This record gives sequence, C-alpha cells and structure tokens, in this order.
Amino acid sequence: MGFDEMEYLLDHYKNPRNYGSLLIPDISHEEGNPSCGDVIRIDLKIVDNKVEEVRFSGKGCAISQAAASILTDMIIDKDVDDIKKINKEDMLSALGVTLSPVRYKCGLLALKVLKSGVYGITDWPGEKE
Amino acid sequence: MEKLKADIESLDPYRIRKDFPIFSRKIRGKPLIYFDNAATTQKPRSVIEAEKRFYEETNANVHRAVHTLSYESTVLYEDSHKKVADFIGAKSWREIIFTRNATESINLVAYGWGLHNLQKGDEVLITIMEHHSNIVPWQMLRDRKGITLKILDVDHEGRLRLDEFPKLISEKTKLVGVVHASNVIGTINPISELVREAKKVGAVVLVDAAQSIPHLPINVIELGCDFLAASGHKMLGPTGTGFLYGRYGLLKEMEPFLYGGDMIETVTLEKATWNELPWKYEAGTPNIAGGIALGAAIDYLKMVGLESISEHENELLSYAIDRMSDFPWIELYGSRGSDRVGVISFNIKGVHPHDVAGVLDEEGIAVRSGHHCAQPLMRRLGIENAVRASFYLYNTREEVDKLVEVLREVRRLF
Repeated sequence: MGFDEMEYLLDHYKNPRNYGSLLIPDISHEEGNPSCGDVIRIDLKIVDNKVEEVRFSGKGCAISQAAASILTDMIIDKDVDDIKKINKEDMLSALGVTLSPVRYKCGLLALKVLKSGVYGITDWPGEKE
Repeated sequence: MEKLKADIESLDPYRIRKDFPIFSRKIRGKPLIYFDNAATTQKPRSVIEAEKRFYEETNANVHRAVHTLSYESTVLYEDSHKKVADFIGAKSWREIIFTRNATESINLVAYGWGLHNLQKGDEVLITIMEHHSNIVPWQMLRDRKGITLKILDVDHEGRLRLDEFPKLISEKTKLVGVVHASNVIGTINPISELVREAKKVGAVVLVDAAQSIPHLPINVIELGCDFLAASGHKMLGPTGTGFLYGRYGLLKEMEPFLYGGDMIETVTLEKATWNELPWKYEAGTPNIAGGIALGAAIDYLKMVGLESISEHENELLSYAIDRMSDFPWIELYGSRGSDRVGVISFNIKGVHPHDVAGVLDEEGIAVRSGHHCAQPLMRRLGIENAVRASFYLYNTREEVDKLVEVLREVRRLF
C-alpha cells in the first residue's frame, strides 16, 4: 500500500461515515481483536428486512476504523439477506488498498461484527460459505 | 574488569553490515532498515555458514554412535556449550543447558525446580517489567501449587521500585525472577543489588537475560544469580536456539523437565537414572546444527567485542532520543537516563502503532508494534500499544535519520 492509494482509506478514517450509535437499535453488536485492541460496535435499525439506519463506533487502527466506515456505507438500504453474501474478498477490495496479510484481521473486523450481530456467525466471514 | 572508554575500539557498522547477507535485500525496492532486533536479530554469514557446513560435512546425531561423524558432531556440539559458558563467565560448561529459547529456559526452571521445590504458602517474587514468559509459568505454579506471586512495581519512568523490594521479600520468598533489561523500554535492572537482598532470605534468583546478553558484557559470577535464561536467536544465533545457565549444585539436585532419550543413564522397565549434566536436561535429539551455529554467533560477538557493541547502541539510542524529542507529537516511554539498552518505545499521538508500523514498512523500515508481550508493564505505563525500534551493531545514524523522516511523513498523512 503506497501513500497515494491510502488516501481513500484515510479519508474514511478521518471523516468516518455513519459514526455514532442508535438510540433504540434492532441489532447492536460489538467485538474486538484482543491482540491489537481494535474494537468495533455496529448498531442497526431494520425495517422490512432492510437496513434503514446504521451507526458504528469503536477504536483502533486506521484500517479497522476505515473499514467499518466503508462497510456501513455499503449496507445502507440493503436487504439483510444480501449482507450475508458479502465475503472477505468484497470487504478487502472495498478498502481501495492491498493489505498485507498481517493486517487482514484489521480490515475484516467490521464485517465480522456485522455478520455475528446479524446472523450469530462467529467464524471468519467467508470462511465457511 | 570494565574497559576504559578510550580503550574500546569504536565499531564501524558499515563494515559489519557486509557480514550480514540480508542487507542486500530490498523491501519494495528500498534498502532494508532492520529495527526489530529485540524480537530477533539478523545473522552474519559465519553463523549461516556454520549451520550449512554442519549439514554438508558433519551431520550425525550426538552422543550415540561410534562412527566418525557422530563423534565429530558431539565434539562440536559440546564445544558450543563451552563457548557459551566462557561467554557468560560460568565456572563449568556443564552448567549450560541448550534450549529452544529463553521462554523454554524459564519453563525448565518452573517445571524442573519450581514444581518440586515450592510448597503451598511459598512466595515467588517477580517484577511488573517482565516479559509474559517470566509471568505465565509462575501463574501456572501459583494455580497448581498454591504459592503466592508477588510483583515489584516500577516508577513512572519505568525503573524498578527498589525501595519496595525489602517490603516484598521475606523468608517465604523462594524465588526472585527478574528481567535484566526490559524488552519494551530497555531499562537495565541492578541485578547484583537484587541478588544481595534475595540471598539474605535464601531465595533463588532467576535472571531473564534475553534482552541484555546480546548487548552487554555479562558475567554470571559477578551477577551472583542462580539461573540465567537467554535466547540464542536474539544474539545473532539461529532461531530455535537458547540456553539456561544454572548453578551446578542446583542443576544436580533438580528434576528433569523433559523425559526420554539422551537424558538417561540407565533404564530398566521399572525405573531410570539421569544422565550427567547438562544432558539430563536436553532430552531427545537436540537442535545440533543450531547449537553449533550459536557457537559461531558467540565467536562473532567476541570478535567485535561486547563493549564496542554496547557503546555503539548507546550512541544510537541517545541520538534517536535526541532527534525524536524534537517533536511534541512523539510520545517516548522509559527513562531518559543511560541505564538502558538500545530499545525505544514510542507513539505518535493520535495514530495507532500498527498504522505507524505499516507506513514505516512501506519505506523498508522494520519495527515492532503492539504490546510486546509485556501487557502488565504497558498497562502500568498507561498505554495499550506502542511502536518499538530496537538497535543492534549493524544499525547506523543514517537509518535513524530515515526513521525520523518517515515518522514526519506519518504525522503528515494522519
């Protein structure tokens, strides 16, 4: 990942979309990577099986936080069943940079939180699909 | 014993780098700047060659057969123990047990000595500065044997609270485990002082020298410790090498840690008796090639001279601290004094250490980021994660300049 390619990611990090929390969420789920201390929480409001509102909050490295911002943009107005189809590769390619394998878990944390929140899936997203 | 400063031949890192093949490697087209020496060091050609030569010319198992190769490999492997003994001033090479790393060495003490010598109510005293490898084995014994684990604190600059030491130590203290140099903030602890206090109550002292032995001249008799654990791969040796020094009398009395081949004298179906030292503690076929190459690493260190290495690192460290102190957005941890080895932990305010390390990697600079396997110390210092740059004999001022330049770039990006 070069400095120029990082711009999109850094923009999401510095100006996170859908940041905050929902007062009465239908789904709220939080998880972290204990080894690096990254934490993400995602709140969802679901109407007619669609994501009507989404907010995320958390702390950690730029990649984990930017990925959460990018992911929340991806799922707004989406059918809950479509969320299930988002896999590892979709998430990683949405970041706009090529991550080194050691940073995959940073880039995938938000997706993991979303999927275990919505479906109770605890495996890494995409692993058992 | 200590050489005068003027006597120490100053070291030329540019000449030394030529002995390390890895420095011809480019990372994304950029020259490698290796600042992760506290994790493991790079290896000189002589070490790589020693391992290769063993497999090409001598390879055979040790202590087994009558044939020539087995005899030769046994001699080489024993010679390596002798080199280590000589390097740390041990009285006998039989006091040197080869292990995979310092962690295994500490576990050997916990299982071989602790499990059989500690009773419910006994106390083990360690410090908050320890690497996880000198905390977790004692927690295991606490849970299994009902001993109490006591912890010596540090002050805000990361120095041991020596004033608290007499209050924590008592007749109940059976072992004091202390890190010689911190792998996070580099603090060098006054081992001899701690040993003096510990001996008053008859406690055994275990020193974790993983971060000191590659960087400082060490003599176990002067330190006065009973056990000393070290990693070979942090001192130019191959990975999978490490050793434990133990006082002869203690090693003689202790129980083995691993049981099986090579560590026995005689075996009947009913019982076994143990082999002589150090083989009693080296069960199974050891890492022969690695052990021999560790001997080559010691030859290299002795050729350069530990005093020169220590001097060079101190110079780099104070240069790095000076340069980094210019920027208020860099948070430096640890003391500003000279009582530390060449390890520097820091954060760029508002930027996660993994992100800092990621950008540095873009520029070919290898640093470590995270909790450095010392979570209690990190928590005590009020941080979760940090970036760590650790220096060794082949690092240069130019490399420190490049580090600072890229840190400024990180600051600009975020």
